Amino acid sequence: MLARELLTQQRLFWRSYEAAFFTFALPILFLLLLGSVYGDEEIDGVRGSTFLLAGLLGYGVVATAFAGLAITLVVRRESGVLKRVRGTPLPTSVYLAAVIASTLVVVALEVIVQLLVGRYVIDADWPASPASLAFALLLGSVAFATLGLAVTAVVRSAEGSSAVINAIYLPLSFASGVFFSVDSLPGFLQAIATVSPLTYLLDLVRGEFIEGRTLADGGTEIAVLVGWGLVGLVVALRWFHWEPREA
Amino acid sequence: MLHGLELVVEPGEVFALLGPNGAGKTTTVEILEGYRRRDGGHVRVLGTDPEEADARFRARIGIVLQSSAVYPTLKVDEIVRLFAGYYPSPRDPDEVITLVGLDEKRRARVRTLSGGQLRRLDLALALVGDPELVFMDEPTTGFDPAARRQAWDTIRGMRELGKTILLTTHYMEEAETLADRVGILRGGRIVATGPPRDLLAGHVAVEIRFRRNGEEVVIDTDEPTRVLHELTSEAVAAGVELEAIEVQRRSLEDLYLEVTEGP
Repeated sequence: MLARELLTQQRLFWRSYEAAFFTFALPILFLLLLGSVYGDEEIDGVRGSTFLLAGLLGYGVVATAFAGLAITLVVRRESGVLKRVRGTPLPTSVYLAAVIASTLVVVALEVIVQLLVGRYVIDADWPASPASLAFALLLGSVAFATLGLAVTAVVRSAEGSSAVINAIYLPLSFASGVFFSVDSLPGFLQAIATVSPLTYLLDLVRGEFIEGRTLADGGTEIAVLVGWGLVGLVVALRWFHWEPREA
Repeated sequence: MLHGLELVVEPGEVFALLGPNGAGKTTTVEILEGYRRRDGGHVRVLGTDPEEADARFRARIGIVLQSSAVYPTLKVDEIVRLFAGYYPSPRDPDEVITLVGLDEKRRARVRTLSGGQLRRLDLALALVGDPELVFMDEPTTGFDPAARRQAWDTIRGMRELGKTILLTTHYMEEAETLADRVGILRGGRIVATGPPRDLLAGHVAVEIRFRRNGEEVVIDTDEPTRVLHELTSEAVAAGVELEAIEVQRRSLEDLYLEVTEGP
């Protein structure tokens, strides 16, 4: 039951060209463009392309697991699809599990493409601690997916969903140091960075990717991500809606 | 808002809830489907309280929501197959697609379907789980007459399969042709209920219209023979013509307007 639903979710994702572009293709495009602009410079003591690749892995997680998931679910909620699905015997838990699992599949594919493009097109390094990196990205994806479920509660219309969610995650990506080192940002953005879960995900990812740190070194970051994930879970359990919010 | 609505639908029957917009049709149906919680009262659907609806309950009901809601990028056969997979003992998806008349659209994306085709897809999705009870909220609203007739045939087909059907509509003709019994809903109350014919029998049966001195005269009567005899006798005696005379059996529509617009 879960497998078939997962398959359907994959089919839906790849057939929705807009979602596929903004969540899957855009991070890869950014990697190519920005990598060709300042891939050869040095950022925070490493090659720019490697710094960027690590940052854009985190950006891909947020774009897919948070923004893509949230927009998709708001659109489905407002068009009545979620309501219709809830009227079938399919357990809602299986449905949401399939939606999230499908998101993880997309993230995994995206990470693979990013690593290949990073290595062979813009000459970035391979990750220093691949296993820890994989775990960090998985943890980040799950945490951002619960935050994505949670944020649907504050978006009331399908038309507004892209606007609201982009307005949250794009500045957040910027402030959390996807494209530049956080140290080079002005004070108010650094303040945002200290609470943003993406900052901690990026610290974890860059530490593992660049410096070869392992999970054992990332206690604080992991705790913050788990904390945000739990916040998302609690909000989602309380306020996630299956029926259209716009009357 | 519903007020002490009383409603019993028997197994195997087609029951139509008739009423103007805002009368409470959708609220009623959504309480029965398990979508909405009620403030009070006693509700049993297939022996279950729909507020405690579980997968087993949902497997026994089919739902046509007021507005179509399906993934626009899936193909017709993909979505019917997907929904079939949600039910413990589904009908053959291909058969259901044929039953609702979507054979030619089998491989078409949902987003390319017309409004009428989309509604037939809704019917297919309500049927594919082989439910005992089907709820249909305004299944033909917005259809052209030909599409409506086609949908009626499909609904009659469902009835022949032994399904119990509760449908809402604001088309009298629909209720009159499809339903074994009709309940007229107004302001959250059932104001009349019964087989369409019985509902009419309890009311003034015939309407006589004609023009006298340029003014339209309308007489409602349940003794048309006597009234007509009197009218024509007088007219013949006076040597005048009853201009534009019409004698009409009152339809469910008149009755409906009477009970839904009355004080």
